[in-house]
Amino acid sequence: MSDVMTAPRAKVEEKLFQNRYLVDAGRPHIKVKAHTTPSASLLAMTTLCPAGCYTQTESGQVEVAADGCLECGTCRIVTRKTGEIEWNYPRGGFGVLYKFG
Amino acid sequence: MGEFNKPFDAIVVGAGPSGNAAAYVMAKEGLNVLQIERGEYAGSKNVQGAILYADALEQIIPEFRDEAPLERHVIEQRMWTMDDKSHTGMHYRSDDFNEEKPNRYTILRAQFDKWFSSKVKEAGALVLYETTVTELVRDLSGKVIGVRTDRQGSPIMANVVVLAEGVNGLVGQRSGLRDEVAPESVALAVKEMHFLPRETIEARFNLSGNEGVVIEAMGTITKGMTGTGFLYTNEESISVGIGCIVSDFAETNVTPNELLEAFKNHPSIKPLLADSECKEYAAHLIPEGGYKAIPQLTGAGWIVVGDAGQFVNAVHREGSNLAMTTGRVAAETVVSLTRKREEMTAANLAEYEKRLAQSFVMKDLKKYKGIPELLHKNKGNFFGTYPRLLSQAMQTWFRVDGIDKVSKEKAIFRNFRETRSLWGMMGDAFRVVRAWR
Repeated sequence: MSDVMTAPRAKVEEKLFQNRYLVDAGRPHIKVKAHTTPSASLLAMTTLCPAGCYTQTESGQVEVAADGCLECGTCRIVTRKTGEIEWNYPRGGFGVLYKFG
Repeated sequence: MGEFNKPFDAIVVGAGPSGNAAAYVMAKEGLNVLQIERGEYAGSKNVQGAILYADALEQIIPEFRDEAPLERHVIEQRMWTMDDKSHTGMHYRSDDFNEEKPNRYTILRAQFDKWFSSKVKEAGALVLYETTVTELVRDLSGKVIGVRTDRQGSPIMANVVVLAEGVNGLVGQRSGLRDEVAPESVALAVKEMHFLPRETIEARFNLSGNEGVVIEAMGTITKGMTGTGFLYTNEESISVGIGCIVSDFAETNVTPNELLEAFKNHPSIKPLLADSECKEYAAHLIPEGGYKAIPQLTGAGWIVVGDAGQFVNAVHREGSNLAMTTGRVAAETVVSLTRKREEMTAANLAEYEKRLAQSFVMKDLKKYKGIPELLHKNKGNFFGTYPRLLSQAMQTWFRVDGIDKVSKEKAIFRNFRETRSLWGMMGDAFRVVRAWR
């Protein structure tokens, strides 16, 4: 059996290391607005985000770390009614740079 | 950007297949075109399976085969219905697809889009990369007359703005040209690029030269969600991915990454990827709402093409050809109005919709207008029950175990009847026929 077949299933963080990014330091393009209790939609992002950018803190709030963002826009669409996140494209040239797409 | 004093004939927002098609056709016809792309290069933000349907591009650049970065021409299509351990396949392979001008190719979008963009520049358009369009500029009557970008400077003016901004379509949505995309109308797909020596790919898939195979799969691989998986052979790599409707994903606790890992580890897929090296992990949204989800496409000074207009035929997994065709038709409409010195009013630009209605784009989307809802409402049956029943039937039929064939037939029909009931199956058949015709 090959390495690929016997290796433990890859974690998403490890996969993101294969990608190229130009991070716009200090200017995250996604922000979660201050909240005490997240809506079901926002909470769903902790599993739904394909890059695993969303996590829940011990006190129950949802946070985003957008450096590994794949810019799919899922979180924007899922929370469109609750308005809990502020989503913009990264500034021109920044963000993920797909080599193959 | 104070240097752009004279309005452009057209500004194109985005450099994917629809934007490139639009910009190329307009520039080639002598219009003064500015195209604005937020990525470092065209393709750097774009993700697709990806299959290129030659016909749509051939109508724009007939000689594209001589220069475009193409991977393999598709000679074999495999349609798989999968349960957890099996797949039931319908394969079509023909030497007819080894023709002088092949019909379908696998491509890598980052490379293909970059090439297409170089053609746009050759045709005479001005292309600005690393620039994000932030909003539309309107005159007092509400007509769109230009755009603002995230670069410093005054707005850039144009007679018409072609919105080829992709599935997220922020500019159009924020300007109130269309509603936000609903989570029910869009799929989230994740994809990996797995590299292997080309000889390995050719041996594994029974290919020679630049022949290619594509696999589309449905069944329990999406864990009850509406969605499909795919595996495409490229020259020296394999694209493997899976996508499901966003609202389905939101109701489950399965992460997209876990779903992809499970698909890659399915006994029918795993050997195809053995020993490969993964070099990229990507995610993208795919419009799946079909005909009923198409937003308003034109207005005073603006016109929508490609994914921003929801132009994807989910049943046939076609998108980039609809993107290029809508881009071309929009461009031809603008060229014709410009030549006649007509204004880019809502009424004049509506000509684009008339032309689209005559093309395969609208005819196909209209044909399948009931499919998205049908699949969504019956996802448990179509993506779970039936694939399992099919696999059980196949196994009962093929396993030789001393049981006579009449008893086997009866067992198969009993299994279908007890699992889904006669009325249930008749209802499903009726619904499929109604949505399909």
